[in-house]
Amino acid sequence: MSAIIQVNGLTKYFKEAKAVDDLSFTVNEGDVYGFLGQNGAGKSTTIRMLLTLIQPTSGDINMFGMDLRTHRHKILQQVGAIIERPDLYRYLSAYENISIFARMSGLKIPKKRLMEQLELVDLANRADSKVKTFSQGMKQRLGIAIALIHDPRLIILDEPTNGLDPQGIADMRNLILDLSRNHKKTVMVSSHLLSEIEIIANRMLIIDRGKKIIEGNVQELFNPAKMIVELQTLNPAKTLETIMSTKWKSFVRSHEHDKIIFEMNKVDIPELNNELVENGVQVLQIQQRYSLEEYFLSLTKAQQYVATFEN
Amino acid sequence: MWQLLKIELFKIFRKPRTFISFGAIAAIILIIQLGLKFDGKSYVELMMGDISDSFEIPYAMVLNGYFVAFVILNAILIHVPLLVALVAGDSIAGEANMGTLRLVMTKPVSRTGLMLVKYFASVIYTVLLLLWMALLALLLSIFFFGTNDTIIPRNDVIEQIQKADTLWRYIAAFAFASVALSTVAALAFLLSVFAENSIGPIVATMSIVIVLTILSELKIPMYDNTVKPYLFTSHMLGWKGFFYSRIGPDHMVIPGSIENLPAILRSLGILLGYIVMFVTTAILVFRKKDILS
Amino acid sequence: MIKQISAVFIFSLFTFMSFAQEASSLVQKARAKIEQVNSYEADGTMKTNVNFLKVPEAKVKIYFKKPDKLKIKNENGISLVPKSILGIGLNNLLTGNFTVLDAGSDILNNIKVKIVKLIPVDENSPVVLSTAYIDPVHLVILKAKITTKENGTYEIEMSYGKYVDYALPDKITCTFNIKDYKLPKGVTLDYDDGSKKISDQKLQDTKGRVEIFYASYAVNKNIPDTVF
Repeated sequence: MSAIIQVNGLTKYFKEAKAVDDLSFTVNEGDVYGFLGQNGAGKSTTIRMLLTLIQPTSGDINMFGMDLRTHRHKILQQVGAIIERPDLYRYLSAYENISIFARMSGLKIPKKRLMEQLELVDLANRADSKVKTFSQGMKQRLGIAIALIHDPRLIILDEPTNGLDPQGIADMRNLILDLSRNHKKTVMVSSHLLSEIEIIANRMLIIDRGKKIIEGNVQELFNPAKMIVELQTLNPAKTLETIMSTKWKSFVRSHEHDKIIFEMNKVDIPELNNELVENGVQVLQIQQRYSLEEYFLSLTKAQQYVATFEN
Repeated sequence: MWQLLKIELFKIFRKPRTFISFGAIAAIILIIQLGLKFDGKSYVELMMGDISDSFEIPYAMVLNGYFVAFVILNAILIHVPLLVALVAGDSIAGEANMGTLRLVMTKPVSRTGLMLVKYFASVIYTVLLLLWMALLALLLSIFFFGTNDTIIPRNDVIEQIQKADTLWRYIAAFAFASVALSTVAALAFLLSVFAENSIGPIVATMSIVIVLTILSELKIPMYDNTVKPYLFTSHMLGWKGFFYSRIGPDHMVIPGSIENLPAILRSLGILLGYIVMFVTTAILVFRKKDILS
Repeated sequence: MIKQISAVFIFSLFTFMSFAQEASSLVQKARAKIEQVNSYEADGTMKTNVNFLKVPEAKVKIYFKKPDKLKIKNENGISLVPKSILGIGLNNLLTGNFTVLDAGSDILNNIKVKIVKLIPVDENSPVVLSTAYIDPVHLVILKAKITTKENGTYEIEMSYGKYVDYALPDKITCTFNIKDYKLPKGVTLDYDDGSKKISDQKLQDTKGRVEIFYASYAVNKNIPDTVF
């Protein structure tokens, strides 16, 4: 398994502001690599540095075993990308758009192949329509067709589901899985939604304020033992007191307002519920939480929190 | 590079705004021709001023295609920078605004190469605009008004060029005007690098051209002797120099001569210098630019 | 105005009201010589030396027909012809009703000439005074000064060669007054190429000069009126 992207100590300053801070990670061949972070965490800046839109302040980027600075041309020939919105030449037709970008990739692609590609994203019947008449979803599909037309080894998608309807989001997921499983492509996909990454990615990187929080195998990171569970009761203060006197104390990660957050195994939830009820706690709700924010908290602050509570 | 240039030209000529320029030029030329066709004599009389007191002026002959073409060029070349800026100023900023620039820059295309191609495409547009102008101003005027010697009224002198001595001067003048307008294109192109929508560079280019033209024409000695020789707008009128002939010791015009070729070449050199400076700066800035649009 | 001068000359009777018999008879002889020519068509070149005009040497055809039709045509282009030249039908310089005064003799280009002054009888004539320098040997006018009421003085010099028998000159030089030329304001943006302005060089030169060199004449040929 060879590394497709290898990033080392990548840092970017915009004037005084640090957007990306000493970031290192590796994307291997065949990965669907999830790139997670809240808005403004530095995802887009990082992706733009991978695509040479932004110049790093320092650090190294190697792709396909080549230095991006010296082999930009060769590297970009093997990369397809959608960066945020799929902005295309609005005054040109779908066919003209795909034809232009195919040629910019340095390839002579016959018209038949271009039409097939449009067919693939269900736009063949609109090939001659101007892009300005397209819906957001159609533009997105055309963007994908363009990103894939030169048969790249690596596909980089920056927030590909932004602005899509539920059907569009589902289609996008299926497409990414299809590219990975059936076409052996390496995909790097950024998102601010943990749930999305959990479904499609095999490996992932989480960043916050430009810094790496964690990188690893999705299955390991989403280990059921480390499920984040949120408890809501009628009397949070009493509940907390009750819990702190039981074995469940060690699973508590934080509490806020009326909620208590546990990190625990999913299968233990019924037992927790029973015990609470037996102790007279009126449970309103117990549920899994996927908020990225919560997840970050759980990763970064949980231990710190427990420590302060115990003292 | 050739492939990229074809793509750039394709993009330029599929944009409706590109043809605004061609339409505007056609309209104004036809309006001038129409006016001169019906009331050309009055115009020539106005141009000739008092000299009709002492000279018999064959108005119908003066009002020929070459003269009309000169009147048209004189009237519109000063305003064409706007039309050039319309495309050159859009070159980078328009794509930044549309969001296509970031997709383009993820393609295996060098930034320097892209910039050169984009500038060159703007130049081709400029030249096509001038050819269109030449076609209408010259050929159409010749069709409507015929040819004869060209009478050119200057500030205090009237130049006459023999019919057979005229056409090459127009070709030279158009070639010079191509360089002059390419300078405007280079300025708009440079400004385009800094902006994220095309209105900014277009308006800024026009403002600069207008301010500098006023400075060039102000005739305040302090400016005339200091900044004026370095303003590119002072040199943009150099195309007219091709219509000024030298005179021999007997005060007769020497056919085929140019009054001050070194001055024209110097103007040409200064304009080319500005082009190199603007385009090089644009490339250097763009190479370092983070694309955030 | 020049046409008016001519008109006065044509429609007036040819009378002498002078006692300067010698001068009168010289003028009469010169006139008789001129009157042999009913019409001519000539090829020539015209050079214009006017400070505000930059024109090329022009190949011209000159047509004349009695009594006063004169046309200078540039077959290949445009010629701005001074109106004063067109007024000098030469042939009608000596026609008209005027008083002849003997103004003595002089030497002009090594030729002894007789000077006569011609004063129009008609008070409304735009010409105040003409002075003619006549070669008494060949009976041709070598030089003439015409003073008009409004347009100052023109001066014409002529030299003769092959066609002296018809009193047709090989060369005419006409000197006349001109005003400066100024383009109407706001019409143009001149290209300042750093050349010296012609008007700066000869700001004081308010005289214009036109020279016509006649190469050949076809005398008394039938010329249709449409030419004029």
